[in-house]
Amino acid sequence: MSMIALLFAAAQPPHAGHVPPPALACTPDHAAMGHCTMPEPPAASPPPSSGCTAEHAAMGHCKSDTPSAEVADPHGSHDNPPGNEAAPAPPRVDAADTIFGADAMRGPRERLYAEHGGGKFSKLMIDEAEWRAGQGSDGYAWDAEAWIGGDIDRLVLKSEGEGAFGGDFEGGEAQALWSHAIGPYFDVQAGVRQDFGPGASPTHAVLGIEGLAPYWFEVEGALFVSHKGDVTARFEASYDQRITQRLIAQPMAEADFAMQNVTETGVGAGLSSIELGLRLRYEFVREFAPYVGVVWERKIGRTARLARSAGEDASRPSFVAGVRFWF
Amino acid sequence: MTRMIDRRALLAVGGAAALAPWLPLWARPVSLGLPTVSGTDIRLKIAHRMLTIDGRTSHAIGINGTIPGPLVRLREGTTARLHVENALDEDSSIHWHGLILPFHMDGVPGISFPGIAPGTTFTYEFPVQQSGTYWYHSHSGLQEQLGHYGPIVIDPAGPDPVEHDREHVIVLSDHSPMHPHVIFKKLKQMGGYFNRQKQTLGGLIAGEDQTLGERLRWGAMRMDPTDISDVTAAAYTYLVNGHGPQDNWTGLFRPGERVRLRIINASAMSIFNVRIPGLKMIVVQADGLNVRPVTVGEFQIGVAETYDVIVVPEDRAYTLVGETSDRSGMARATLAPRAGMTAPVPPLRKRPLATMKDMGMGAMGGMDHATMDHGAMDHGGDHGAMKHSMRDMDLAPTVKDTPAVQSISPMAVDRTGEAGQGLEDVEDALTYRDLVALDRNPDTRTPSRSMEIHLTGNMERYMWAFDGVKMNAVKDPIPFRLGERVRVTLVNDTMMTHPIHLHGHFFELVTGKGDHAPRKHTVNVQPGGKVTFDLTADAPGDWAFHCHLLYHMHAGMMQVVTVRAPEDAA
Repeated sequence: MSMIALLFAAAQPPHAGHVPPPALACTPDHAAMGHCTMPEPPAASPPPSSGCTAEHAAMGHCKSDTPSAEVADPHGSHDNPPGNEAAPAPPRVDAADTIFGADAMRGPRERLYAEHGGGKFSKLMIDEAEWRAGQGSDGYAWDAEAWIGGDIDRLVLKSEGEGAFGGDFEGGEAQALWSHAIGPYFDVQAGVRQDFGPGASPTHAVLGIEGLAPYWFEVEGALFVSHKGDVTARFEASYDQRITQRLIAQPMAEADFAMQNVTETGVGAGLSSIELGLRLRYEFVREFAPYVGVVWERKIGRTARLARSAGEDASRPSFVAGVRFWF
Repeated sequence: MTRMIDRRALLAVGGAAALAPWLPLWARPVSLGLPTVSGTDIRLKIAHRMLTIDGRTSHAIGINGTIPGPLVRLREGTTARLHVENALDEDSSIHWHGLILPFHMDGVPGISFPGIAPGTTFTYEFPVQQSGTYWYHSHSGLQEQLGHYGPIVIDPAGPDPVEHDREHVIVLSDHSPMHPHVIFKKLKQMGGYFNRQKQTLGGLIAGEDQTLGERLRWGAMRMDPTDISDVTAAAYTYLVNGHGPQDNWTGLFRPGERVRLRIINASAMSIFNVRIPGLKMIVVQADGLNVRPVTVGEFQIGVAETYDVIVVPEDRAYTLVGETSDRSGMARATLAPRAGMTAPVPPLRKRPLATMKDMGMGAMGGMDHATMDHGAMDHGGDHGAMKHSMRDMDLAPTVKDTPAVQSISPMAVDRTGEAGQGLEDVEDALTYRDLVALDRNPDTRTPSRSMEIHLTGNMERYMWAFDGVKMNAVKDPIPFRLGERVRVTLVNDTMMTHPIHLHGHFFELVTGKGDHAPRKHTVNVQPGGKVTFDLTADAPGDWAFHCHLLYHMHAGMMQVVTVRAPEDAA
C-alpha cells in the first residue's frame, strides 16, 4: 500500500493530498509538515488583548476573554458578503480511479450509491385476525396487507374475508397491486382483485390510493371494475388513539358504494354498506397486540332490502376479539 | 510529559483492577482504560467478538479485541502507518474521522478506496499534520453500530497549550442487542417504532405535554413533537468506553488535579447532553482544534463531534452523565479519587417536546408554544406556508419535490446561539457561539460564492436526503474548485437535529468570530434551523459528505463532494 501512496505522491508533487490554495499563506499545518516556514510563531499564542492563556484559565488562575464577545478583525472573511461566482460544473466521481484503477473502484462505488438510500424492505401486517360473536353463529374475519420493495415503488398484497365457524365461508378477496409514492404521505395503487367464496367470484381491476391524512388518519380508497364491467368503490379510515404508550384505541369506518346493481353479490346501486369498528389493543411489543372491540356492519338502501328479502339481517353488530401482529 | 501522566494513570487504574482479578471485565469496580497503540507501524485487526454490556451478551465487532477499539495515539509531524487487517467475512474499512489526509487514505469504500476485502490487510499511510482528539470508525454498511469504532489522540509537535495533569478518553456510544439491519428495517416499517415517549390521552387528562388545541394543530400537520430521537433507549444501552451504566466505567484522579476529558461521541444515532453534577467543565477543544477556554455546566455533543474539557475535581466522586437528547436514557461513568466510590446518578429529566421553531417557524420560535394561538400563525406572513402548509416547495427552489421531503422550513433561523434540544432551560450550557478558535484561521479570504444545502427527510417513510434526493438517486456530486472559498448554508427542513460531517476538511462556522471562527469537521444543525460555514476546498479528491446519524446516512442522507483543480473540472 505504501507503494500506492508513493505513486500518488509522485503523481501530485507539491503536497500529496493537501495542496494549499494559491492565495493561502503558510498555515501552521503546513509549517508543521516542514512545507514552509511560518512568519511568526505558530499556534498557541493567546490573543494579545488578553493576558489569560488557555492553560492559565484552565488552571483557574484567571478568566479568559468572554468568548461570546465578538472578535473584531477587519480582515476576517465573515464580515464581507460572499461573491457571486458560479459553481463549477460537477465532474465525475472518479478521483480514486487514478490510484486504485477504474475496475477496482467500479463495484464498490456502485454499491456505495445503491446502499445509501436504495434498500428494499418488506412488511406483513395482519391488522385483524379475529373472532366475531354476534346474533346467530360465531364467525371469524381477517384483514391483512403486505408490501415489499423500496421507498417509492412496492408490490402490495391485500386480503380480507369472513366466515362463520362451522358454517358458510361468507367471502373473501385478495389483491395484488403495484404501489407508487406520489408524495410524502400517499401512494397510488393499481392492480387486480380476485374475490373468492360462495357464489360469484368476480375479478376486478383496481385503482386506489392509500396513505396518512392530516390529523393522523390512515385512509384508503379504491375503485373496482369487475370483469363484467360493474363499478364499485370502497373507502376506509382508521385512527390510533394512544391511551398509554401500549394501550391503543382504534376506531375505524368503511363504506362501500356501487355504481349499479350487482345482482350476483346482492349489492344495490349507491351507498351499499358501512362498517364501524372500535378495537382496543394492548401492544406487548409493537409487533404483537391482542385486542377486543365491537363491530357494526350495516347494509344500506337497496342492498339492505335485498339482504332482508334473502332472509339475512341488514344490521349485524358483533363483539370481536383477536390479535394484530406484523413483522 | 503526557507519557509520564499516562504511566501514572495506568498504575493507579492497574492497582485497582488487581483487587478483583477474578471478576469478568465488565464487573470490575474500576474499568481499565482502553489499550493504546502508537508508533510508526500500528496494527489493527477488525474481527467479530461477543460483547457483554451490563451482564447481557450480544454479537459485535471489535478492533484488536476491544470495543471501542484501541486508542490510536499519534504525534503531529510524523507519518502514520496503520496496517488494518479485516478478519470479518465481509468488506470493511476504517475512516479516520477529522483527520486531514490524502483522499485515498480517508477510508470510505466507493469514494476513497475499494474497501478492505475479507482476509486482507490495507495499509493507510499519511502525514500527521494536526493534533487533538479524533476518532475512527467503519464506513462499511452498518458496522459502526456493532462496535467498530475507537478514539484517536494526536499529541502536538510542540508544547500543548492545554495544560493538564491527567487525561481520560471518554468514548460515548450506543449499543443494541438488536442487529443494525433489524433496527433499520423496523424504522422503515414504522418510523416511530422506538419512540416510547409519545403523547397519550392519559397524558392529556393528566395535563401533561401539549394542550388539546396544540395536539390538533400538530396533528393537522402530521408532525409529532415527541419525535426527538429515531432510535432510543428502547433499543439502546448507552456506553462509556464500552461499559454500560451498571458496569460504571470509573476514571481515577487525585484531588485538585487538572483532569482533561477527551469526550468523543462515537454513537450511531445518539446525541448526548453531557454534564458532571458538581463540576464545572472548561471547554478547551472542539472537534480536535483548540478553542479559547469557556466554562460551562453542560453541553450537547452531536454524533461524531468531540469536545475536550478540563475539570478540577475535589476529593469526592462525581457522576459523568451523558443523557440522550430525547432523555430516554443515559450513559454513565464515575470520576473518583479512589476505586469503588460512586456518586448519586441523577434521574432522567422530562423529555423535551419539539416546538414551532423546530418546525422551521423561526420567527414564531420565541413564543412559548404552549401559549401560541392559531391566529398568530395566520398573521405570520403572506405566503401560505403559515397556514398549515409545511411543504411550500417555492420556498426552497433547489430542493427536488420528492416523497423524501415531508416539510420545508418556512422560516429557518440561525440557531447556533442555542444549546440544542433538551437544553432550553439550562443556563450554563455551551452553544456554538461560545466557541472561539485559539489560533487565527488559516484562510480569512472572503468566499467567492455561496450555496445552500437543504437537509430533508420524511419520518413516515423513513427517507432522508440532501435537497430531497437520496444518494442512490443522485446524479451529480457537489463540486468545488481546488482552493476556492465557499460560504455554505445548511438549512434543516426537518424536525430533527442532524450532525453533518464533511470529510477531509475543517470549515469555519460563521458565528461572528472574525478570523478566530471555530473550525469544525462536524456540525449539529438544529431542527428547523440553519448553520452557515465558510469552507476552503483545499484537499483535492472525492470526499464523503453526510449526516452522521448512521441510519440517516444509510437511508440516503449522503453525497460526494469533489474538489478539483479548475482545469480538471469538466
